[in-house]
Amino acid sequence: MITFVLMVNRQGQTRLCRYYQSINMSRRTALEANIVHTCLSRSRDQCSFVEYQESKVVFRQYAALYIAVGITEDENELSIYELVQNFVEVLDKYFSRVSELDIMFNLDRVHIILDEMIQNGRIVETNKSNILAPLNALDKMADG
Amino acid sequence: MSDVVEKTLTALPSLLSFDSQPGAAKLSSTSKLASLIRGITELTSKHEEEKLIQQELVAIKDQVSSPNTSMRQMKELMVRAIYCEMLGYEASFCYIHAIKLAQQGTALDKRVGYLAVALFLHESHELLLLLVNTVLKDLQSTNLIEVCMALTIVSQLFPKDMIPAILPLVEEKLTHPKEIIRRKAVLALYKFYLIAPNQVQHIHNKFRKALCDKDPGVMTASLHIYLQMIKENPEGYKDLTGSFVTILKQVVGGKLPMDYNYHSVPSPWLQIQLLRILSLLGKDDQSSSEIMYEVLDESLRRAEMNHNITYAILYECVKCIYTIHPKDELLEKAAKCIGNFILSPKINLKYIGLKALTYVVQQDPKLALQHQMTIIECLDHPDLIIKRETLELLFRITNGKNVTVIVEKLLDFLRTSKDDYTTIDLMGKVAEVAEKYAPDNKWFIATMNTVFSLGGDLMQPDIPNNFLKLISEGFDDGEQDRMLRLFAVDSYVSLLQGEPEKLPQRFLQVISWVLGEYSHLREDLEPATVVRLLAHVLDLKQASSETKSWVLLAMTKLCEGEAAMSVLQGVSETYSSSMDTVLRQRAQELQNLHLNPELWARVLPRDAFTEPLEVDSSLSFLDGYVSEALAAGAAPYKSPHQRQEELAQAKAVSMEPYGLSLPISMSLSSLDGRQSPTLLSMSSGLSGDSTDHSHKAGTTTLKLDKVKRVWGREGYLAQRESAVVEVPSPVHSADQIEEVGISQDPTPPPVADQEKQQLASSLFVGLGSQTSSSLMGKSEPKHQRLRKKAKDPVSSSEISKQTSNSIFPPPISVDNLLCNSNMDPKKSLPSCTQMTESSQGSAAANGTCAAEGEFTEGDVQGPEPSLFRDNRLTIAGSCETEEPVGMKDLCLTSYLPADCIGANHSEFTPLCSSHGVHLSACHVHKDDTLVLLVFISNSSNSDVHQFIVQVDSGDVEVSCLSESPVEELRCHHVEVCQYSLTAKRPSVHLEVSGLVSFNMPDRTPQTTHFSYKLPLPSFIRPLELSTEEYGTMWLAFSHDTKQNLTLVADVQDSLRATLDVLERKLHLHVVAIIGMEGIVACRLLPDQPCLMHCRVHGGTLAVWLRSPVPDLPDCLLYHCQRALQEV
Repeated sequence: MITFVLMVNRQGQTRLCRYYQSINMSRRTALEANIVHTCLSRSRDQCSFVEYQESKVVFRQYAALYIAVGITEDENELSIYELVQNFVEVLDKYFSRVSELDIMFNLDRVHIILDEMIQNGRIVETNKSNILAPLNALDKMADG
Repeated sequence: MSDVVEKTLTALPSLLSFDSQPGAAKLSSTSKLASLIRGITELTSKHEEEKLIQQELVAIKDQVSSPNTSMRQMKELMVRAIYCEMLGYEASFCYIHAIKLAQQGTALDKRVGYLAVALFLHESHELLLLLVNTVLKDLQSTNLIEVCMALTIVSQLFPKDMIPAILPLVEEKLTHPKEIIRRKAVLALYKFYLIAPNQVQHIHNKFRKALCDKDPGVMTASLHIYLQMIKENPEGYKDLTGSFVTILKQVVGGKLPMDYNYHSVPSPWLQIQLLRILSLLGKDDQSSSEIMYEVLDESLRRAEMNHNITYAILYECVKCIYTIHPKDELLEKAAKCIGNFILSPKINLKYIGLKALTYVVQQDPKLALQHQMTIIECLDHPDLIIKRETLELLFRITNGKNVTVIVEKLLDFLRTSKDDYTTIDLMGKVAEVAEKYAPDNKWFIATMNTVFSLGGDLMQPDIPNNFLKLISEGFDDGEQDRMLRLFAVDSYVSLLQGEPEKLPQRFLQVISWVLGEYSHLREDLEPATVVRLLAHVLDLKQASSETKSWVLLAMTKLCEGEAAMSVLQGVSETYSSSMDTVLRQRAQELQNLHLNPELWARVLPRDAFTEPLEVDSSLSFLDGYVSEALAAGAAPYKSPHQRQEELAQAKAVSMEPYGLSLPISMSLSSLDGRQSPTLLSMSSGLSGDSTDHSHKAGTTTLKLDKVKRVWGREGYLAQRESAVVEVPSPVHSADQIEEVGISQDPTPPPVADQEKQQLASSLFVGLGSQTSSSLMGKSEPKHQRLRKKAKDPVSSSEISKQTSNSIFPPPISVDNLLCNSNMDPKKSLPSCTQMTESSQGSAAANGTCAAEGEFTEGDVQGPEPSLFRDNRLTIAGSCETEEPVGMKDLCLTSYLPADCIGANHSEFTPLCSSHGVHLSACHVHKDDTLVLLVFISNSSNSDVHQFIVQVDSGDVEVSCLSESPVEELRCHHVEVCQYSLTAKRPSVHLEVSGLVSFNMPDRTPQTTHFSYKLPLPSFIRPLELSTEEYGTMWLAFSHDTKQNLTLVADVQDSLRATLDVLERKLHLHVVAIIGMEGIVACRLLPDQPCLMHCRVHGGTLAVWLRSPVPDLPDCLLYHCQRALQEV
């Protein structure tokens, strides 16, 4: 099961975070700081999976942006690694060439996309057009 | 992998450039959100961030509550608040506005409102209730987007109690023409299933419909529910195996629409989900497994494309193949697959390969042999995570032959580990395999020394506990035990002579204990030397007071004779004035025992562990003291449980609105039941019931805190015992296995250097079994060097139990001194007084019971136990107090009516007493009725006339069974009245009240009231039904209640055990138990049925009671709860 999704930039600033287990603010800040530290200290040729306390973290780097996903022991690391790619591809499709700034200025939309893909720590949709359908409809409503 | 990254980079060049981003410019640069974002990007320090966000929060707060804020502005405010929360600053003042936005906004504004709610609130947040109406409205909206939003929020977060309010609407959406709505409805139901499985039980067949939905998205969504349900109860869904296989076949065969593909792999995450379901269904089930072989083979074949996602599928496939009933051909392919992973230069694949191998070697350790060289390379891999995973794998293949090498590798890693979690985890593993497979004593002690030194105080306390237990209990061989202890003593003496300040506290404690207990084994070692070494530990700055108390105790054991007199005196003087009471106590013990060698020898006999302990668990030696104290007017002892109930009762009296919801009447009557003196307890003498005493003992042992832990928790000890029983199963000759193991290695890599070869042969010895065909059977050779003595498991576990309960712990126990000092008659008194006083104190503190004049144990423990003593207490009407009547051992049993003798009757409860006339009652369970027997005895010396007994009740239908009412009661005579009772309406306890009137010999009329309480279960009888009848009745009944109950723990079939308890205690009838579910039926006399459905869910028992009678389910549930609490 997925426990959290985190996006941080190279400076260690959080760009997006979503938790699928309830966690208090102070533990959250500590966790994010640790994860950023761990991810930033890893090199390209090292494994994309790290251990953090009792859970595993799968992370993937896109230029200056890191996406880290916390999972439990029974989850399949590689499938999560590819899920991250799928997520980025969806963002890319929606924003047509997504950038860090797109994510910052459209935090709400990115969250809406993520909500379509992951719920309660489970992967609920991976089909790109299905994922984007509700958001596209909302945008159309706003335009029209 | 790198190719994918490259692809991504070319696809997303804009990610690289931050400033040259044209897209951002089009966003209104003047908006507040934009300036916040700009502010955030320009931050350089945490301090600046805090300043910026605090300002932002103030600004948001201002604006958010202004009435002029439009919904569009509100949306922006919410996004800003999300930012603040994301950076770790709470914006709780916004929560209510998020709900408002979800309620009043439209389109994207509304969606952002819902989003903010999902991000801000947690499952049990009180504000969530305010969302229910909005969701309800949106679910009924004609706007599909709004319906979608509502379903999305419901599947993320919804108050459990409000599910019934929206359930029908969500269910309705399952047949919606739009597939997205159907899909979201299924996901909402999945959420309901997760948080309140009972609520969606009735829609299981609709789940099946969703599984067969023509839209792949809806079908995929339903798999979440199925995975969950199959996890909980694989037996219940075997019939669906074929369907899942067909679905997987179609997916693998590319029958899904193109947009379900990911990098031209058809819906990979769906495949993974299906493979997980299949492995659950095929586990230990040959016929189900056979259905899957073909599609698994197909999956393996199709997934040969070179992409991460296909490897992810392969990994899942391999796991599935090794989980289900084995098929050689598939196993071979899977093994090859794992080989490809492990050998891959891509590090992520290597990792997943190691993970797969770790999983697989539990089934087939031989497989590790094939990859031994790779594994060894991974051991030295620069990436810690690979190393860690390899160690995990090695841990699984540890046996008696390779344990030294593997432990060395684990310890090497431990030395460099900086992460506490890893350290704790590995520590436990090393201790486990060391204990299991240690080749010799020296190695074992040395390894444990390293564990203790490295583990420091992070270590789980059960590691030292087990170690001490192992040393003290010994193994099969007496000589071996002696050697082990000697090794330990030698090694610890030299450690203390070295640099004891570097040792962690836990280790020092272990050392002190072992030296105190066993240093006498080394005859050439002067006790004085050891005492001096220990004294040095006491002087260490970092020694905690817990450690000091262990050390003092060890010294006490060593203080025989003239040894190190001056040191001991110095120590005991120093600590006699310590601020720490425990240390002071220890110092006193040391001093006194030192001066009194005779007592010392009695209190601390050597090697006493081998002798079984005799424990007087009833504490009968205190009886004299207790009766004296009672005679002197002390309040009787009450068990903690009892005190708690009284406390609850006191709460109820004080009308605290949200206190424990124990009605007064219930706790009162349960006190009645417990305390009324029964014939049985009287005959068992002063010792009273043993549970109360064990509580007493418990309180004394608790006082001694800390050090007691050596003895571990009871549960743990029991577990150890069971391990001992199954261990001695040496497989085949180990040498033979070794030969086979090495010769079976198919590809000895010629390039590997000799050193690695050597390591390999030492790591992988003992792997591989001759029974390679039975892959599923765990053929891991169990070679246990340190076998424990084959003691009678029962007796030894009993001893350990007694140890924790008794006031006489085993002589080697660290907390024995205080207790054992009780052997000294002079000393025993104060500690007893203390004990009783404390119980008196607490009894007095919540002594509502005594004040209301309930029966107390004083009756039982008084010098002349009498049934009717002090029973003035329950008399309601009489204003005068009676003299206790000295009627001796009146045995009411002999007055039981003939037809009630065989039946199950309750205890005799005194009802009232007046002028020498005493009433007591009991009830008798018969199949179709409950009989109340009222015994009237006349202990005065004169006859009583015009005797009238009336029994009446609002709750109970009473009919008199006696032919002729009693009119006269002769002196020293007993009469019995019989009444048949049936419940008019259910209640937790049913009360019968009555009135006795008679004329005294001098014609003065007397009237006395009494009451008698019956718990509901007295009126419950089993109801024999078939499952079909149960089914029809279930649907017909309207009154229901649901709750989660605790399961009977620590048994294999906890559902069965729990239902057995209920059947026994509450007279229910278990109709059937199917998998994790059970159905139970009973009736309330005369014939009102109540049905119960139980389901094991997440460690608790979810029960659902239904009945046509209002309140019956609730009342019965209360008793179920009580019955299970008492277990």
